[in-house]
Amino acid sequence: MSKTSLSQSKGDNLPRPKINWGKLEEAEKFAEMVKLFRRGKINRDDFRRFRLQHGAYGSRMTDDYSMVRVKVPAGEVYPEQLERLALLSEGFSIGSAHVSTRQNFQLHWIALEDVSEVMRGLAEVGMTSREACGNSVRNVMCSPLAGVCTQEVFDPTPYALATAKFLLRNPMNQSLPRKFKLNFTCCEKHGMARIVDIGLIPQKIDADGKTHNGFKIFLGGGLGAQSFVGHQLEEFTSEEDLLYTIIAVIRVYDRMGNRENMARNRMRYLVNELGWEKFQNIVLKERAMVRVTQSIMVKLDLDKIPEVLGKMSISSDTPTKPEGFSRWMKSNVISQKQNGYSSVFLTLESGDVTSNQLRTMAEIAREFSAEGRARTGFLQDMVFRWVKDEDLPKLYSKLLEVGLANPGALTMASVIGCSGTTSCNLALTNSHRIAKEIQRKFLELKLDVDDDLRDATIKISGCPNSCGQHEIATIGFFGGGGRMGKEMYPLYSMSLGGRSDEQAMLGLTCMKVPAKRVIPAILKIIEIFKSDKKNGETLDSWIHRVIDNDGSNGVKSFNDIKEILKPVVVAPTIEQDKDFYVDYGNDVSYHARTGKGECAA
Amino acid sequence: MCCLSKEKIMRPTIDVDALRSEIRDKSVRVLDIRKEEDYKQSHIPDAVNLPLANLLADDSPEKVLQYAQSFGISDETPVVVYDDTFGALASRVAWTLQYIGHEDVSLLDITYGTWKKMGLETSTEKTSFDKKNHSLKLRPEILATVDYLGPAKEKGAILIDNRERLNFLENHIPGAMNIPYRMLASPDNILRPKEELKRLIQNRNIAPDAEVITYCGSVGTLSGLGYYALKSIGMENVKLYVRSFKEWKSLEKPIERQNDANYWDLSAE
Repeated sequence: MSKTSLSQSKGDNLPRPKINWGKLEEAEKFAEMVKLFRRGKINRDDFRRFRLQHGAYGSRMTDDYSMVRVKVPAGEVYPEQLERLALLSEGFSIGSAHVSTRQNFQLHWIALEDVSEVMRGLAEVGMTSREACGNSVRNVMCSPLAGVCTQEVFDPTPYALATAKFLLRNPMNQSLPRKFKLNFTCCEKHGMARIVDIGLIPQKIDADGKTHNGFKIFLGGGLGAQSFVGHQLEEFTSEEDLLYTIIAVIRVYDRMGNRENMARNRMRYLVNELGWEKFQNIVLKERAMVRVTQSIMVKLDLDKIPEVLGKMSISSDTPTKPEGFSRWMKSNVISQKQNGYSSVFLTLESGDVTSNQLRTMAEIAREFSAEGRARTGFLQDMVFRWVKDEDLPKLYSKLLEVGLANPGALTMASVIGCSGTTSCNLALTNSHRIAKEIQRKFLELKLDVDDDLRDATIKISGCPNSCGQHEIATIGFFGGGGRMGKEMYPLYSMSLGGRSDEQAMLGLTCMKVPAKRVIPAILKIIEIFKSDKKNGETLDSWIHRVIDNDGSNGVKSFNDIKEILKPVVVAPTIEQDKDFYVDYGNDVSYHARTGKGECAA
Repeated sequence: MCCLSKEKIMRPTIDVDALRSEIRDKSVRVLDIRKEEDYKQSHIPDAVNLPLANLLADDSPEKVLQYAQSFGISDETPVVVYDDTFGALASRVAWTLQYIGHEDVSLLDITYGTWKKMGLETSTEKTSFDKKNHSLKLRPEILATVDYLGPAKEKGAILIDNRERLNFLENHIPGAMNIPYRMLASPDNILRPKEELKRLIQNRNIAPDAEVITYCGSVGTLSGLGYYALKSIGMENVKLYVRSFKEWKSLEKPIERQNDANYWDLSAE
């Protein structure tokens, strides 16, 4: 042991993770299980189930590497956790990490033998990958704006954290028919409450001369090969009934969900098959049962102690505004309900972030955020809240240094792309890379500053499953293969008009667009929108008007859009355009290849 | 007086306190293998400069012997090597000295950057020492050549590729196992504590007495660190394939890769 050591002068008053989600024993157990599996003492299926329950997916075409999904309940992540993710990503993964649409961090291409080391490293800073995959309750999400949103009724964060704490490792939900997702949101606008198994929006009512906290709860939504919008359980679910309701829904699903048919085992199919009213009745009856049979000790452990905010403004001088600052301000920063504070969104490319950038994020959380931590967002992005308005130019300069200052986070330029053929067994196309390409093109054309496009979204999945959430995009795509004679080429199905807010609806299938024509097709849609739009109309509202056959001028209906796009999507012969037959990120002709999905394990 | 065993206890790494006391005793030769201009700006007191590029320009045993002698290194002189590149470059030099038969070589367990951050003493003086005699006793048992790899693998030797994961996925020597060099370090030291390294090796089911050959991309630096990581946990039978993948590729030997996945597109670099 060296007497001389690096003195770590980290302040004592820095925020530490309040909840320890990790368990070191699980890492040790995982290491043992890998050894047994390698020696043939555990069969492949049992091992896979165990592996998934602990948050490790197989990788594309190989089980020798894993994707470790790190749960971030309510998206809250602390500086030391970001630094640890950086270290783990460099040591065991590819030097970059990925922020998912469900607020997880994902570390890809980790040798199966090292997964336990990653789990150990996570547990040391209070993080876990437990139940991040497999047939379990996945990361409990909460809007990154919860607590600072101008439109929210109250901050749902304590409820999200308490729910996550109650459900993690709970014997009640260790072997569900399929995965199960909960999503707390701040308000109608910023959430995705209607596209998950249980979606919750804070609500208050006045009764008996008092104000009561509670939620609007939506059940049975979800995206996938067949997608559904959730149904509202009742007018108002009181805070006291919140946990009972969650338990009741999970119990009903556990008991009645389909365990036979892989393609029908999410709760939304159960809701669909029973019919909403019947399902609703069963849940309400179950809740009554839960209420009387559960011990009164079963309560959500809510931590509502008001937080003492950290440092105030760090800028004493009048800051100079770096180039690009106002564009970035416009598209990446939201004013909080608390006067003088802003929330800053970082534009990432398909959610990817280098280990050095993670370290910078840790510094930013410490230096600039009065709450001393960050949140993962819903859009493969990162959010720093509680930044003093006058510190924004300085923060922007810091982001510039590490390549994190791209504009566009809160605009159509923030394109979602699932991992696609970069790591997923099911993927048919490189949705991950194409999302990056679209974003680059949007920023190059400065489309992020166009207010008409601001509320529109582009989301891309590499297969008909919906990790890229394409159904709720204004312009959504999912990958497949097309054929021209003997030759195959990467091809996307495009849908238009998806929404996840109050008017949640799934996008309508429009047409097939070859991968290498996706960018021209999007630009063409914007072009016809611009020439056709009425005063004050945005791309999103224009598309809905056209869908409703209320079009004007040249574009009267959905079919007209198809007609106009037809010439854009024509497939050339391979002699005419070799590149057309090659997917993004490849140098050889496209061939659809998939492995076995791990959904069913 | 009790007679001390003549046999030296090999110490692959040395910590700051031990090195500082040996520098005070003038019982050690310290090699700084950074570039000459970096060395000139400041270095560990009494260190001599052997830029890695100079060594790589000609790393024939005769030339290395000449260097050692010119630095006043005799067969008995303990040598400590350091760099500012997470220990990989220092490892390559240390290994080369061992290969020509010098027994007592260690890596400083931190980089020069960390040394400075700790506020330890530095010097700008160029140091020189009287020439000493050193014998030449090549140690082929720590070197793997391209011709050695095939038969060794057949006998069960384990091949470890110390390049980063993405490079490994893209191409590697068939049958190799990947331990990226970054995995070997801890945040403060060029190598993790022994118990951690042992665990990483056990997780991979590598027996302590296995024959292991490390290699990397071109000149045996990253894999030099891999070599010392294994030595530090007491593995005896470790070799460095010093010409590494660069030679393997140039000889058009078979290559294995992870097919049908666009893993590079996950990188945010």
